[in-house]
Amino acid sequence: MNFSSIILIPLIPLAVFLLLGIFNKKIKPLASGYIGVAGLLVSTLLSINTAYHYFFVYGKSDGVYQTFVEKTVWMNFTDTLAIDMGVQIDPISVMMLIVVSIVSLMVQIYSRGYMKGDDGYTKFFAFLALFSFSMYGLVLATNLFQIYIFWELVGVSSYLLIGYYYTKPSAVSAAKKAFIVTRFADLGFLIGILIMGYYTGTYDFETLNNPEGSAILNWASTSFMGLSVLTWALILIFIGGAGKSAMFPLHIWLPDAMEGPTPVSALIHAATMVVAGIFLVARLFPMFYFVEEGFALNIVAYVGAFSSLFAAIIAITQTDIKRVLAFSTMSQLGYMMLALGVSGYEGHEGLGYMASMFHLFTHAMFKALLFLCAGSVIHAVHSNYLKDMGGLRKYMPITNITFLIAALAIAGVPPFAGFFSKDEILVAAFEHNKLIYFIGIFVAGLTAFYMFRIYFGIFWGKDTKYEQKPHESPLSMTFPLLFLALLSIIGGFIPFSEFVTADKAGFEAHINYPLAAVAVGVGLIGIALAWVFYKKENDLADKMVNFFGPLYQWTYDKFYFDEIYLFITKKILFNRVSAPIAKFDRKYVDGTMVGIGNKTVLASEKIKGMQSGKVQDYAFAFVAGVVIIALVFIYLWTS
Amino acid sequence: MIPGISIYEILTVTSILFFIGLYGFITRKNLISILISIELILNASVINFVVINKYLYPDMLQGVVFSLFIIAVAAAETALAVSIIIGLYRQISSVEVKEIETMKH
Repeated sequence: MNFSSIILIPLIPLAVFLLLGIFNKKIKPLASGYIGVAGLLVSTLLSINTAYHYFFVYGKSDGVYQTFVEKTVWMNFTDTLAIDMGVQIDPISVMMLIVVSIVSLMVQIYSRGYMKGDDGYTKFFAFLALFSFSMYGLVLATNLFQIYIFWELVGVSSYLLIGYYYTKPSAVSAAKKAFIVTRFADLGFLIGILIMGYYTGTYDFETLNNPEGSAILNWASTSFMGLSVLTWALILIFIGGAGKSAMFPLHIWLPDAMEGPTPVSALIHAATMVVAGIFLVARLFPMFYFVEEGFALNIVAYVGAFSSLFAAIIAITQTDIKRVLAFSTMSQLGYMMLALGVSGYEGHEGLGYMASMFHLFTHAMFKALLFLCAGSVIHAVHSNYLKDMGGLRKYMPITNITFLIAALAIAGVPPFAGFFSKDEILVAAFEHNKLIYFIGIFVAGLTAFYMFRIYFGIFWGKDTKYEQKPHESPLSMTFPLLFLALLSIIGGFIPFSEFVTADKAGFEAHINYPLAAVAVGVGLIGIALAWVFYKKENDLADKMVNFFGPLYQWTYDKFYFDEIYLFITKKILFNRVSAPIAKFDRKYVDGTMVGIGNKTVLASEKIKGMQSGKVQDYAFAFVAGVVIIALVFIYLWTS
Repeated sequence: MIPGISIYEILTVTSILFFIGLYGFITRKNLISILISIELILNASVINFVVINKYLYPDMLQGVVFSLFIIAVAAAETALAVSIIIGLYRQISSVEVKEIETMKH
């Protein structure tokens, strides 16, 4: 592999970030947009070049895609245990390079139109470049510590971009919330990494993931509290991943993160950063699968399935279109997690793994598209709420068509991209765990329903009277929409199972027609229901609200999870634990220090009078001292 | 070397001179008097230098050279001190030591 060109992929966005960040005030906004897009364009071309070389020029040897690693020692702990920095090229990292590149590029192009006239235009592009750099570093990482470093860096970029409108208190608190919740999850991740390093003596993915390697064979049997130490480590690492990927119960930050500008939501909170958790599990997949017969993997599956269902139910009732999309993202991430959870390892057994990665790929495209469409709509009507929209198809034809394509893709209607990946997930679930399959199929129906609910709500439904006539967005915003719509149409036809599989060997996947028919049928039922409820203005929806009564209210309030967290943190942690500790700190720790200071001041007040300020007094003291010392010496000398 | 006078007698005179200067330095209230006392201390040491050089090492000149240096330095120092005293006088119309105690603050 040509590593010198691969290393440029993350370094170019870093250079752009430094350039735009340091010369923030000196660069004209127009120029900064072009610099950002140009930098990322180069990275995208290099990524595509890398993918082409990896899959088609080097191809398989011995029947599998080889892993290429180039690394240097960065920090030594002991003679054997070191943290490396490097680049690892294997099927999933190449796939992620493509995803991150394309979505980032499209979002940057889109932002040139969306953020036009904003005060912090240059700053925005600088942050986007920082994010791209961190995300590239994350997917190319060769070991757990490197991935952890970039993991935190994407967290920081996410924090900066959510809080981009820093004059809005809600944006500031959303940024803090996102950062604190994910940091809390990362604590688990860090402990997991340390446990892993302590027992296996390595952080390298290659060594850890080798099914016949020492890590899995030697240490899986060391047990702690009934489970293998490695299982504990994997569960803790999964907590980190669950925090980033907004899995239940660490999901509360994602809906609030929608306070950021819409392109940011598309890039970070739909397509790339939130899939880092999926990527992490996929990265360590052999460990998850082989250690204790996949105990940790079962947890992944159930957490994923539950999050998927939970989020889909909440998404139905939300009225802020970005929040609907946020919960939809969470639901789809749960889908990917459950697919990983039901996966096997070799050949066709590894269908779940491949389906998860496939869904990650297609989801990135159509969900980014949905967010960008939502941004286009928000740009036109200056509101996030469904009640302010309606009948927009007449004013925004391109947004209408592209949103429809994305909604069909996420609903799993053939031949759009989501159909293929979702079908593979459901097949994998069906073969391994019927319960999870039924959750999956139910969620598929819900997904179709809530997605078409907002589609009809925005573009059809009531004819809202607008104060200013909404208009279609400029070309810089519609071009990314059209491009991503194209990918959402053709993305499903990529023979993904040839390229990205758990054992890297590839297999031929076929559509399982009966299961596909069921999934499509459920999706169509969802769409049909949404049609009945929301296509034309009617009171059916209100009747349903009344019918469900309190149930609706709970769902609308997201099952009160924010309030539960607030209760736990404020009432219990702050008042019962932190406040007494703070009091102790103020009273005793600070008290001791302040007391010492006060005593010193008092003592100095007492002896200050000795300093008269008269030179003659000092001279007298000096002479007296000399005389005394002289007498002492004379006495000692003579005796 | 002065015939009939030994080194002890001269050193006695310079010691007396030195302690008169020291006494004046500590007790006088007037800055000019203090300055004169400092000159007395310096002169006592200059005489010591010359005498010890002449009586103990008659074929050398270092002591004499030192005394010349001290006289030069004392002249410069006096000029400086007098200018400070004049400046002070312009400020507070007094050259009494107790008036300038506030300098400690």
